[in-house]
Amino acid sequence: MTTATLSVRFAGPHVTIQDQGRPGLMRYGVPASGPMDRQSFALANAAIGNPAGHPGIEISLGGLSLHCLTGVVTLALVGGGFIAETNARKLGAWRILTLNAGETLTIRPGPWGSWSYLAFAGDLQAESWLGSRATHGSSGFGGGKLTADQTLTITDAQTLPEREGPIPCPVWARPRHLLRCTLGPQDRFFSAETLNTFTSARFETTDAFDRMGLRLRGPSVAPTNALSIPSEPILRGSVQVSGDGVATVLLSDHQTTGGYPKITTVLSCDLDSFVQCRPRDAVMFQTVTPAESIEITRQNAQRFAAFEDRLRGR
Amino acid sequence: MQPTPSAPIFRPIAERAVLVEFGTALDQAAHAAVLHLDQALAATPCTGFRESVPAFVNLLVEFDPLITDHPTVIAHLRGLLIVKTTASAQPTQREVSVCYEDSPDLAAVAEATGLPPEAVITAHLSGDYAVAMYGFAPGYAYLGGVPEAIRLDRKPAPVRGVAAGSVIIAGAQCLITTLVMPTGWWIIGRSPTRILTADPAHPFLFDVGDNVRFRRISRAEYEAAQ
Repeated sequence: MTTATLSVRFAGPHVTIQDQGRPGLMRYGVPASGPMDRQSFALANAAIGNPAGHPGIEISLGGLSLHCLTGVVTLALVGGGFIAETNARKLGAWRILTLNAGETLTIRPGPWGSWSYLAFAGDLQAESWLGSRATHGSSGFGGGKLTADQTLTITDAQTLPEREGPIPCPVWARPRHLLRCTLGPQDRFFSAETLNTFTSARFETTDAFDRMGLRLRGPSVAPTNALSIPSEPILRGSVQVSGDGVATVLLSDHQTTGGYPKITTVLSCDLDSFVQCRPRDAVMFQTVTPAESIEITRQNAQRFAAFEDRLRGR
Repeated sequence: MQPTPSAPIFRPIAERAVLVEFGTALDQAAHAAVLHLDQALAATPCTGFRESVPAFVNLLVEFDPLITDHPTVIAHLRGLLIVKTTASAQPTQREVSVCYEDSPDLAAVAEATGLPPEAVITAHLSGDYAVAMYGFAPGYAYLGGVPEAIRLDRKPAPVRGVAAGSVIIAGAQCLITTLVMPTGWWIIGRSPTRILTADPAHPFLFDVGDNVRFRRISRAEYEAAQ
């Protein structure tokens, strides 16, 4: 068994350790956290034969640079059109490569996408909180945010030369601009006209985003008479509207309860590719019925599982 | 149609949840119905049950959409509502220590309520609190039951960097903070009692529905307990 150690040369904001997250604790104010783009994260692990949910690194538009101090380890970089640079070679994300002692791997945003994932053939050591190494952004609990000069340890580090090389990027992992959603649960606080505006207008993503949520720019969709609704439980993907009519899509580290009305809730299967949008991308909402949302989800899950299996077994 | 504790509204959310609404405004009967359904669901979960989240007047029920759907879950929940409860267990009683010395807002609360600071403390200690729900941040438990005499609206603007362990009040709610966070609530004390216990077997001090009493401690006791 060998160990690899990596020194963080540089880490942008919101670069964190993530795993499958900690679902089941929303009743204690704890959101599931976990990767923003769960699909790409899962594919990174599958690509090097890791168990699903194995801890890895979530890389934001801020980028990340790692220097291998000791040992050698194979890793997968999956998600977004990020660029990896190592040994004066420029490679795209969606690739498996091996990092040797003395080499530096620098990952930067490329032509598309907002999040990319590093999975290691080995066990990335990190602080666990409530049974998960996923970082909860606002508290920093869990594996934590990466900072310059920090040393990462990967135990049981392996090299997998037979897996090295590019892996296919499925079209559904690219940014999604049409978000399927169901109305509500607080659509009753919006006029018919406002609801119509919401589902027919073009919105724009903004740079006001973090792991809690992403604010949209677009026509005002102000609620009526919603000033004093008691705080209600919140689901990831709900679109919360503040009193001045600004909509925010709630994401991995969302607050678990809140008093702003939720005009719609985006289907979970559309969130992973939605978060790969960049600021000022156009998005639109398309309402579906709850029954349709289940049908869509099941089809997506089948398609994803088939792709993941092929990748894992290659 | 308005939901009531005996005739809730079931609102499907996306592909994976139902929000059961027992009322539209803060109401004891609606909250009791939330806790009742939450307990019944814990005892008899539906197929594909993932988690439930109790709040003031509604309960969120999340399920696995690959193995069940909204109508099946709603039918299960309706079934739980018509089952009469066997006398529900007595709520667990919890105690939270609080030091009122050196509290940034005690004087302001005294001024706003027209009470001497000592009477504010007495009022706060006299409250019978219950954990209504968690929210905002990990371990932020909203305790209902602040006595009428010291109920104040939030401050006009939040104060940044309020320390973890602050005992804060606004309206009928009291809360013991777990993180350094901004808050517009009134800071009337600080507590060495940890809501995030760091005990893996019981990581949160309270469950929703627990009863809470505050116990006054001195600055020396607070410092010794830190």
